[in-house]
Parts: sequence; C-alpha cells; structure tokens
Amino acid sequence: MATHAHGIEGVLAQANRPFYRRSAASTYRFVRQYPLGAIGAFFVIMLIAMAISPELFTPFSTQSGTKQAISDRLSGPSAAHWFGTDELGRDVYARIIYGARTSIIIGFGVVMVSQALAITFGTLSGFRGGTFDMIFQRVVDIGIAVPGLVFIILAVRTLAGHIGDQFAIVLSLSLLIAASSSRTVRGVALSITTEQYVDAARALGAHDLRVMLRHIVPNLTAIAIVSASILVGTAVLIESSLSFLGYGVQPPAPSWGRMLNDARQQMIRAPHLAIFPGLVIFLTVYSFNMLGDALRDKLDPRLRGSR
Amino acid sequence: MQKYIIRRLALMVPTLFGLTMLVFLMVRLVPGDIVANIAGDFGATSPETRAALMREFSLDKNIPEQYVNWLGQIGRLDLGSSLLSGRTVQSELSSRLPVTMELGVLALLISVVLGLPIGILSAVRQDSAADYAGRSLAIGLLAAPNFWIGLVLIALAGRYFHWGVPPTTYVGITENPISNLKLMFVPAFILGGAASGGVMRFTRTAMLEVLRQDYIRTARSKGLANRVVITRHALKNALIPVVTVVGLSIPGIVGGSVIIETVYSIPGMGRYYVASINQLDFPVVQAINLVSALVVVFANLAVDVTYSFLNPRIRYS
Repeated sequence: MATHAHGIEGVLAQANRPFYRRSAASTYRFVRQYPLGAIGAFFVIMLIAMAISPELFTPFSTQSGTKQAISDRLSGPSAAHWFGTDELGRDVYARIIYGARTSIIIGFGVVMVSQALAITFGTLSGFRGGTFDMIFQRVVDIGIAVPGLVFIILAVRTLAGHIGDQFAIVLSLSLLIAASSSRTVRGVALSITTEQYVDAARALGAHDLRVMLRHIVPNLTAIAIVSASILVGTAVLIESSLSFLGYGVQPPAPSWGRMLNDARQQMIRAPHLAIFPGLVIFLTVYSFNMLGDALRDKLDPRLRGSR
Repeated sequence: MQKYIIRRLALMVPTLFGLTMLVFLMVRLVPGDIVANIAGDFGATSPETRAALMREFSLDKNIPEQYVNWLGQIGRLDLGSSLLSGRTVQSELSSRLPVTMELGVLALLISVVLGLPIGILSAVRQDSAADYAGRSLAIGLLAAPNFWIGLVLIALAGRYFHWGVPPTTYVGITENPISNLKLMFVPAFILGGAASGGVMRFTRTAMLEVLRQDYIRTARSKGLANRVVITRHALKNALIPVVTVVGLSIPGIVGGSVIIETVYSIPGMGRYYVASINQLDFPVVQAINLVSALVVVFANLAVDVTYSFLNPRIRYS
C-alpha cells in the first residue's frame, strides 16, 4: 500500500507515469506483498510457455522423432538427461515439458467452459426465478449429488469414444464443476437483484438483459477470477488421476498422469520415473492454488487474512 | 426440524431419479460390446449364441424398457447380477464394501486428527512462522496427487528397505486386525492426509472468525487464561462449521479410494469399479455409481442436519 502513504499526490504521480512504468510498479508491489503468489504466477507463466513452444525448453522431443537410445534405458538423472530416461530410453524431462500442453489445455478449457456455463445459467436462474429456477436447480441438485471421480470415470469412458478424449474430459469436468459454481453465482445474483441500483435501472426502463449484463455479471467477475485459478489446479489434478487410471488422454499425447502409470512397472529399479512427473503435477497445482490465494486477497479485501 | 428433514428427503427423490437415468444412459453409451467379449471367451461367435446371451442379460429389449426394469429391480432392493461372474451384485459388494468403508473411516479419522490441531495452531498464532508453515502444508497436501505419494512410498520402500510391491494377499480385519491395520494404515494415511488439508484451512478460517468476536474479548478482559479462552470459548464455536467440512470431504474420500485401492491392490469397491468398467460389467457399474451417490447425498444431508442441530441460531424452517 505504498501509494496510500503518499496520499493523493502519490496517486496522481503514479497515474501520470507511462503505462509500462505503472505496470512494472504494480508487479513489483504484487511480488513484495504476495511472495508465494508471485512464485506461483512465475511457474504458471513458465508452464504456459512450455505448452506453447516446448522446443524452447529441451533439445529432445517425445513425438515422432523421439531420440531413443535403447542402450540408455532407465538411467538415473544425469547432465545429459536431467530427469533420467524411461524404459525406451526417452528423456523424462522432455516428456514432462511436452506434457504441459495437455495439462494446460484441459485446465484452462475446464475453467473457461465451466465458468461460462455457471455465470450464464446461475445469473438466469437467480434473476428470473420462477419455474425456470425451480427446474434448473433440480438439475443442479443432480450435478452436486454425482459421486465425483466415480462418475467422471464413467462419463469420460463413455464420451471419449464419441467426441475424443481431451474434449470428453473437458466436457464432463466442466459440467460437474459448473453445477456447484452456478449455485454460488445464483446466490450472488439473487442478492444483487434486490439492490436499489437494480430498481433504479429498471425504473429507467432497462431490459432484463441489460440489467444482467451491466449490473449482475460485472459483480461476479472477482469471484470468477479467484476461483478460476484454483479450478485450473483442480482440473489438472483430476486429469492426471484419470490418466493414471488409464482413462485420460490416450498415447501418443504425453501426459503426466500416464507417465506415472507407466512408471509402475519399473519403479523399484528406477524410482526417478515415479518421482519427477508427480513432482511437476504437485508444483503445478500448488502454483495455481498459491496464485489463487494471492489474487483473492488482492481482489477481495474482505477475505484478507482469513483462510 | 422434522419437517426440514422430511422436505430434504422428498427433494432427494427427483435427484436420485435423475441420477439413475444419467448413469443408466451413460453405461449404455459406453463404446464396446460385452456380449462379444463373453462369447469370445467361450470361443463361440455364432449369431445364435449372441442372441441367447443378449436374451439372458435382457439386453435384447429397448433402452426405456431396460431402464424401467432396472428401476423396478432397485425398488425391490435387488441390484441385479454381475454379467461376468453371474453372482448377484449384492454378494459381490458384500465382501468389498466393508473394505472401502474401513479405508474411508480410517481416512476420515486421520484427516481430523491431523487437520484440527494444525488448523487451530495456525489461527491462534496468526501470521507467525507456525501459521505460514501450517498454511503451506495445507495447500501442499491439497496439491499432492495421492497416487503419486503412494507410488513414491512404494518405490522408496522397495528400493531402500527391500519391501515387496504392495501386499499381494489381503487380510480382512475380522481375520487378523493387526496385520489388517498394517496393510491399511499407509493408504488410509495418504487418503486422510489429502482431506486434512481442507480441514486445516477450514478450521483456521472458522477459528479466526470466532477469535474476532466480542465475547472472546469479554472472556479475555475477565482475566481468563489464554488456554481457557481458546478451549472453552473459541474452540467450541469454531468446531461447528468444521463439522461441515468433515462431511464435505466424504465424496473426495469415496473418489480417492478408487485410486488408492488401485495403487495398493486393496480388494475394495473402488478397485472392483475400475475392473468392472473396463470389462463393461453394466450392472456392477450402475450399482457402484448408485451406492456412491447415496453416500454423497446422505453425507450432504447429515452435514446440514448436524449443522442446524449444533447451531440453534440457524434452524431451517
């Protein structure tokens, strides 16, 4: 809160500086205030970079031109192969780098689809009320009663054969997450509907759609941004669990969960196969959670210090 | 209170009804052909054998008819028979469900034993080194994939202590409680550890909220010892919302048991589920989904009822 200390002059001086200086200053403040959140943000940015162009991070590849050396199988970490090699002599570090794309696509895909659904239907349900609300909430009840992973396995196993594995995972996870998120959105929408500024907007002749888009949805963005970061982590964790059980992304697409499943055959001889992919899943989920916590403190000061 | 419970039970009917429909449709749409699998096992692939098998499994009827039959069966508390073993689903589950329940109860206990004290310490010593350590631990526990911890423990134990890859022979708790607990402790600890992260975070929040209340200040100004204020005044009230999070971690434990039973080769419902879904054993898949959904639904109800019971200010009308 450095700007507050300098009073209004400080704020004006800050505002008059060029954009790049301002964003550099606010980044610096974020890093100082939320060191763990900043570490999380840094790792998240690295992951996105890996997902976009993995070849920048490793000379090896895991795709068609795999550099396989059978003589170099199951070797432990070394200067040439940082995380060792697997049972086919493939570089574990490279496979992890290439696996980032799968996790990032599914993590961000789930968040975008689930939050879009939750905001649309939660707002409609809370704002419109009546029969639509009644029926829609019974559908949400089903989504909340669904027994988590048990049902997701069934849904992914069913849908993957029809619409492809990545899309099946995104769709089934999104629908389940949207069910519980839409409850929260509905609650917020209900309470905003009773605010005076909504009455005022109505008195001025605003349409339902305008009230929803101008007054309700903007109030939901802070909640959505905060939960989005944590939800990416949840989605990455569930995807890796599914892949570990063999229901996730199918080969040849590299996936961290699947690497752990493959490691089971060799793990006593080569524990590095079991350690590194899991460590990366852990760091990914941890980073998204830390970032989410810091964003919540920053965007929603009422919750600061709690949780 | 009674009215509230009755209303909640009534609302459960459409939910469970919708859920059975969803599960039933999903199972029918799974790609693959169970009849071809079974017929193939007998080396018989003629159309006659196929038709006979379809008739035997009542798969020759259309889907709505199959669904109504299944609902009728459930109404008679009959979950059908496994297509693979031919035994009733009840008898298949009767040996496996208790194993999963034991794992779940142990995990729940561990999550509370670990989560509560650390959460309380974190709140009482807010912003101290202990608080930061506790909070980081909680997020760490929530972020660590449970199957990974399981694998790494097995790999390291195998490499450095020359332990075998998990128990190939399972010992029931009624046969030999000591060796059973030896088998179950590590998987239960992994499962409970993950859930304890949530308990820690929630306990800390609840405790912080209570510590800011006026009556805590009053208690302190009366000159009560800090320990008395914490245990008598704060903890009692902070524990109310914690009951909820313990209940809400039950679905996570049900899902987690599928994974941990696979990693540790525990013959419970979760591992059976994975096997059944791979082999397209429809009645078993349906039944396990139904049983887990019932656990989730009743856990949610129990949470709400306990909450209103413990906190008289919130009575549902």
